Amino acid sequence: MTVTALMDYAAFIIHGFIPGLNGQSPGTFWMPPQASTLAPEVDWVFYLILWICIFFFVLIVALMTWFVLHYRKREGHAEEETAHHSMALELTWTIIPLILVVLIFYFGFKTYLRMKVAPANALEIYVIGQKWNWFFQYPNGHIDEDLHLPVDTPVQLIIRSEDVTHSLFIPAFRIKMDAVPGRYTRAWVRAREEGVFPVYCAEYCGTQHSDMLADAIVHEPGLYEVWLEKASNLLNTMTPVEAGQYLVNKRCSQCHSVDGTADVGPSFLGVWGREETLADGSTSVVEENYIRESILEPSVKIAAGYENVMPSFKGKLKEEEITAIIEYLKTLKKD
Amino acid sequence: MSDIVAYPGTAASPQAEGHTEDNYLTHSRGIMSWLITLDHKRIGVMYLISILAAFFLGGMMALLIRTELLTPGDTIVDADTYNKLFTLHGAVMIFLFIIPGIPAAMGNFVLPIMLGAKDVAFPRLNLTSYYLYVIGAVLAVVSIVVGGVDTGWTFYTPYSTTTMYWGVYWLTFGAFILGFSSIFTGLNFIVTIHKLRPPGMDWFKMPLFLWGLYGTSVIQILATPVLGITLLLLIVERALGIGIFDPSLGGDPVLYQHFFWFYSHPAVYIMILPAMGVISELVSVFSRKHIFGYTFIAYSSIAIALLSFLVWGHHMFTSGQSGLANMIFSLLTFSVSIPSAIKVFNWLATMYKGSIHLDTPMLYALSFIFLFGLGGLTGLFLGALATSVHLHDTYFIVAHFHYVMFGGTVIAFLGALHYWWPKITGRMYNEPLGRLSALIIFVGFNMTFFPQFVMGSKGMPRRYYHYADEFTFYHVFSSIGSYIMAIGFFLIAGYLLHSMFRGRKAPANPWGAATLEWKCSSPPPHHNFDEPPQAGDPYDFSDLVYDSAIGGYVSKQNPQPAG
Ligand code: HEC
Ligand SMILES: [Cu+2]
Ligand SMILES: [Cu+2]
Repeated sequence: MTVTALMDYAAFIIHGFIPGLNGQSPGTFWMPPQASTLAPEVDWVFYLILWICIFFFVLIVALMTWFVLHYRKREGHAEEETAHHSMALELTWTIIPLILVVLIFYFGFKTYLRMKVAPANALEIYVIGQKWNWFFQYPNGHIDEDLHLPVDTPVQLIIRSEDVTHSLFIPAFRIKMDAVPGRYTRAWVRAREEGVFPVYCAEYCGTQHSDMLADAIVHEPGLYEVWLEKASNLLNTMTPVEAGQYLVNKRCSQCHSVDGTADVGPSFLGVWGREETLADGSTSVVEENYIRESILEPSVKIAAGYENVMPSFKGKLKEEEITAIIEYLKTLKKD
Repeated sequence: MSDIVAYPGTAASPQAEGHTEDNYLTHSRGIMSWLITLDHKRIGVMYLISILAAFFLGGMMALLIRTELLTPGDTIVDADTYNKLFTLHGAVMIFLFIIPGIPAAMGNFVLPIMLGAKDVAFPRLNLTSYYLYVIGAVLAVVSIVVGGVDTGWTFYTPYSTTTMYWGVYWLTFGAFILGFSSIFTGLNFIVTIHKLRPPGMDWFKMPLFLWGLYGTSVIQILATPVLGITLLLLIVERALGIGIFDPSLGGDPVLYQHFFWFYSHPAVYIMILPAMGVISELVSVFSRKHIFGYTFIAYSSIAIALLSFLVWGHHMFTSGQSGLANMIFSLLTFSVSIPSAIKVFNWLATMYKGSIHLDTPMLYALSFIFLFGLGGLTGLFLGALATSVHLHDTYFIVAHFHYVMFGGTVIAFLGALHYWWPKITGRMYNEPLGRLSALIIFVGFNMTFFPQFVMGSKGMPRRYYHYADEFTFYHVFSSIGSYIMAIGFFLIAGYLLHSMFRGRKAPANPWGAATLEWKCSSPPPHHNFDEPPQAGDPYDFSDLVYDSAIGGYVSKQNPQPAG
């Protein structure tokens, strides 16, 4: 811990308690950057409550300290008989907090209503949570591992899960919504500034819950469309092996290594042509159909020594993408 | 007044009844005399030993978790082990330590004596509930042995019905059994309080600790069956594939969350109400002042018990629950904060113009007001919809509920343990070390959990094995705090053990309290009182004076010392 780092923290603390000063990256003592239009509103409610809390906390601790110092047992000091109850006092500390919490409720609810309903004609992006990846499907059908969105445009996220419950959490946008299997949920955002912001999974979902990450990439006006065009035609600009490598990197690498170390799943190094022993004791040679089946119906054949946790990529990889992956796996020979 | 009490008469002498050489510890000997005892005090002591063992286990897991989190990447264990650690830490702490902690251990020991009764209404049921606890605890341990459970203590479906670790059967079944233990204790306490109150103690002359236990018992009886049936449904779904919660079988995963929180939110108050009862006793006794606002405190316990059933939906603001439901649950959630605020202000008013004795139990009471105050206030962020969405499932929640459950219930439990320790063991502990460890725990606690508020609001999700580099500072700070706390706890273990063998003999009434348990000797005789004592105002200390010869308080009217 260096001195400058300590001073950074000191600056954070000072900023954190003065709402007007916040707003720019990298956030304040309390809050991440305000990258969506709703973030300042949420933060306003946060700081309102914070100040109410500080007021009451200081009041309670000050009274307590004062009483302890003043009335502590010592020579020549004795307790005094005082009233055992007082309706006026009781009502004071019932009614004042009551008014304050109703106020807090009101402001919290008012902002929540704005968080709940997206403006009409918002750009729609589907979000799919799957152990342990986020997928974002754009209006033209392109599926990506990151959330790309244009700045200053309302975007409606329509969220679902392929397996267990996940939760899409983008702190900089102040949004969080569960991805619940068997139904759609919604959240929306209008990004205020360009940049890259972390996307987390906030609902516990197993081994790699904390690695179920993505980026929210906010593009300058006009560049979102350029990006989408390019990303959708990525395969046409690469050789199949390059495309396969790209896809394995993005979608498979958290479970499969390419250097021979066993991870959640078997390593891809030398996988091609290997005679694989399956969990039921039979064997199978790894060739095109085996790989294709592993990707689309992973629970049909389970490699011995591994758990049946690989998610199906049915509908998430196109046929030519699967072919590209196969071509890439062929190149990963052990020497 | 009671028609069950066996002994006749209304003999009324306020001092040292039932003072004999024989006490409950020496009354009979041999291991069997403990294992099949029907004496509420011995059952209380067995509970105490068991829950302390659970606390030790849960605490060790917490230290492993904090150590793992010293670095953003892998540190000492792998991801699956980490997930099992936080699951078992939560389950053990909640089901085996905090829920039974104050009621089953302290309450069992103290409640009948506070009522001047010989025992609880149903001693056999009491022993049964202890053994159900033991069975539940054994099942929890089995779940660890068979490979662990990685679902989180909330057992959310469909994760819990599909995870490859089938220890989940054992742990959920253990929690199911523990539920019965909890229900039986609640039932026993309710009947005891209704039927065995002594002459002179009407409802509004009961010590507030009994109000706390009463409120808790009501929740235990009404809410725990819901948890039982929920866990059973989970087991059935997993074992037989009957679709209740899993959408791929036609079930509804959010339904599970409703069921679960319908129990588990009130369970928060199962944990906190007896703690508040303890604090009411401590603040009054150690300030030498009559409790302020007795009726408001008593009614607020009941208000909390009832309102706690209406707020469970605040755990599901981001589950896709309708906006209308969210609004209603948000509003109702705030209603629970009022009775808690009332209590805090009444405790402060009680201290006003007192003569405040800063003995160890009082230090815990002050600690409680500080920590629970912060825990309660930060709940406001989570009741308000706009902020709750951002903070849900982050470290802010982790900090909030540790401030409430650890800073609240566990700190009150420690206060209670130090307060009643002389009564339970007949020995005093080392007071300076007691104060020192209370201080160490207070400092360590804040170091551990305050940074978690900050990283939570900055976006650090909970139950994360890996985390972003920007949170390293907070995590390291937090882990150091947890080690400091551990030192405090080992210190306590040390001087309490020492006191059992070497401690000064405790007088009947070391703190000068006016509730009935201090009128029998320390430790109490087997049958508590020879004759039912006459109960007076539990917060009127005017009759008690300190006698330095015995190191305790005696009655002015009849200064003959006891114990
Ligand atoms: C969540 C972790 C996970 C992800 C992500 C994942 N897999 Fe798997 N994969 C596994 C596991 C575990 C196995 C072994 C068990 C089995 O056969 O199902 C496996 C097995 C395989 C096999 C069979 C290997 C053999 O030696 O038998 C292939 C091929 C495969 N995966 C391809 C892929 C591809 C391609 C991707 C990315 C598009 C991918 N996997 C993503 C976990 C994963
Ligand atoms: Cu997750
Ligand atoms: Cu709750």
